[in-house]
Amino acid sequence: MIKGKFIDNLPKVYGIYTGGFLVFIIIMAIAEQAGMSAKMIGIFFVAFTVLIYALIGWLSRTLQTDAYYVAGRQVPTVFNGMATAADWMSGASFVAMAGGIYFKGYGYMALLVGWTGGYVLVASLLAPYLRKFGCYTVPDFIGTRYGGNLARFSAVIVLTVASFTYVTAQINATGTIASVALDIPFEIAVYVGLASILMCSMLGGMRAVTWTQVAQYIVLIIAYLLPVFWISNNIGAGFFPHFMLADEVARIAELEGQFGFVKNSAADLATVPKGLAGITKPHSSVNATPWAFISLAVCMMAGTASLPHVMMRYFTTPSVRTARRSVGWSLFFIFLLYSSAPMLATLSKISLMDPNLATGIIGKSITEVQALDWYQNWNQAKLMFVSDFNGNGTLELNEFFMKGSAVVLATPEIAGLPYVISGLVAAGGMAAAMSTADGLVLAISNALSHDVYYKIINPKAETAKRLIVARVLLVLIGFAGATIAALEIQGILGSVIWAFDFAMSGLFFPLVLGVWWKRANAPGAVAGMLLGLISGTAYLVWVRSGGSGFLGITQLTFGIVGASVSLVSMIVVSLITAAPDAATQKMVDDVRIPSGKTILGKQH
Amino acid sequence: MSKQEQHWEKTRNLLFITLAIWFVFSIGIFLFGAEMQESSIRPFGYPLTYWFTCQGSLAIFVILIFWFAGRQEKIDDEFGFTEREGEQ
Repeated sequence: MIKGKFIDNLPKVYGIYTGGFLVFIIIMAIAEQAGMSAKMIGIFFVAFTVLIYALIGWLSRTLQTDAYYVAGRQVPTVFNGMATAADWMSGASFVAMAGGIYFKGYGYMALLVGWTGGYVLVASLLAPYLRKFGCYTVPDFIGTRYGGNLARFSAVIVLTVASFTYVTAQINATGTIASVALDIPFEIAVYVGLASILMCSMLGGMRAVTWTQVAQYIVLIIAYLLPVFWISNNIGAGFFPHFMLADEVARIAELEGQFGFVKNSAADLATVPKGLAGITKPHSSVNATPWAFISLAVCMMAGTASLPHVMMRYFTTPSVRTARRSVGWSLFFIFLLYSSAPMLATLSKISLMDPNLATGIIGKSITEVQALDWYQNWNQAKLMFVSDFNGNGTLELNEFFMKGSAVVLATPEIAGLPYVISGLVAAGGMAAAMSTADGLVLAISNALSHDVYYKIINPKAETAKRLIVARVLLVLIGFAGATIAALEIQGILGSVIWAFDFAMSGLFFPLVLGVWWKRANAPGAVAGMLLGLISGTAYLVWVRSGGSGFLGITQLTFGIVGASVSLVSMIVVSLITAAPDAATQKMVDDVRIPSGKTILGKQH
Repeated sequence: MSKQEQHWEKTRNLLFITLAIWFVFSIGIFLFGAEMQESSIRPFGYPLTYWFTCQGSLAIFVILIFWFAGRQEKIDDEFGFTEREGEQ
């Protein structure tokens, strides 16, 4: 496969791929009619898609550093947008987001606003300038802009803390999906997930990850949108749900008023399996204070603009101009899924709640619900639970419990869609979790191999040796992540949000001020990174161990503390130490205009 | 003022405008979430705040980035700072 030709043929290649995937779905649907078991369908979906990704990973193998680190800087705008969207949308976005909206309503929607609004910061403050810089990794920028190994190394520390927190959650998610779809124990499934992640990234680095992420985006977006549209049509809610669910939203509010939110006693709740929740908050009304909403959104936005695995995707475009436009395309592709998540939550809730619908279960007799096929399946999978607390024989709103992920995983079945859709959803979830894990593992191992090994430890290393070190580190990081994931310490969503707070605490201001404030210098940046990370972490530990916190800042928004400390310490330390030398000032000037050579050479 | 300084001033002004719009739709309007929810403006029939959180703000961000990119390209062109093909 000739490189230049491959790039020119991208629309055709991925067009054929998409067509092939749709044909595969149809074949599976026919096989289901012909009597193939649900389990086999699930196995086929996950195994088939993962093998395709592995094939792409193998075809994209490379022995060149710029291909390995930045995909040869020739990824076209729209395709980089798709790859970034897959890189970005994690297992949490895919599996847990609709569930979060379903249970928490408005307070949770701050994440949607934050995870999209952050891209405005990426496009306007950072991406084009970092592309002009020509760096391989985010610490590469910090190290060159501020100068000195200490600044570079501090950036590596922040990057590793944030990305590693994130990656364990993703490997956990691949394990969860693989264990359900392939029907193997979780402890083994985690390593199956890891093996698939490494197959996509090890041989080809960023180049392989780029082309698998595009393929994964196509699978995950089909897997998300198809059920949403199908369910909406199936229950007669409208053929284009995004513009037509107003009646359903109003109906849910009406039913909530009718059923009421009855609070369960602690004794009753103790009988509910762990991790399952009931509907306790209104679906569409404003149920969070402005500060709670805005502080969470701000953390997610600043975190978005500081997470290295996203930023490094914009190092792969051919030019500064395309990097900028590529951010717009990324957000467009993300928007397709994010704007659908609230629709899925609405459809899921109305299907279960409305007694006028055939699928509605609230108000039916408990025994009738317990006899439902789908209830038995999902109850067995520990995702659903009903109990007659008040002993009246009918299912009340406060007597139905579900896990957040069930909104995505179970709604197709509840709404009466064929099992082939559930198989498709499993493949989509796998794609989402794998693509993010790939990007994260690569971000960490690239920072360690390029910034720590090559730039600090052994600057004379040859290309071949550098790439071997990069791959060995990739495998080690992957295994470390999988080992921790197997312990299941934090829920998927919790650790994802922490990752944003860590990144924001340590990297947001050092990155932004590196471009926008010429006076920023190395001591200031080091102080900003380290003090920001330390104070944010300290606040998290304090709140986690029972501390009361201040200003309503919770363990999900500790980045506000970290970033504030980071900003203040960076400015103060920069001002009391010497201004950057003329060469650095000139470098910043050069970064600010798109034309001319990149600061760092093509191969460095 | 040198050509480069003028370019940077325009770039910075564009940034301020972009961030101002961003601020309104990511932070500003949510100061009034409860009030907006009661508004009689209901896009596609959804309550206003609810609509902004699930579609409105998100769509505005997408459009904003493309608008910003277009304006920045114009500024770069004006000062002759646009990259030429193959120059990296």
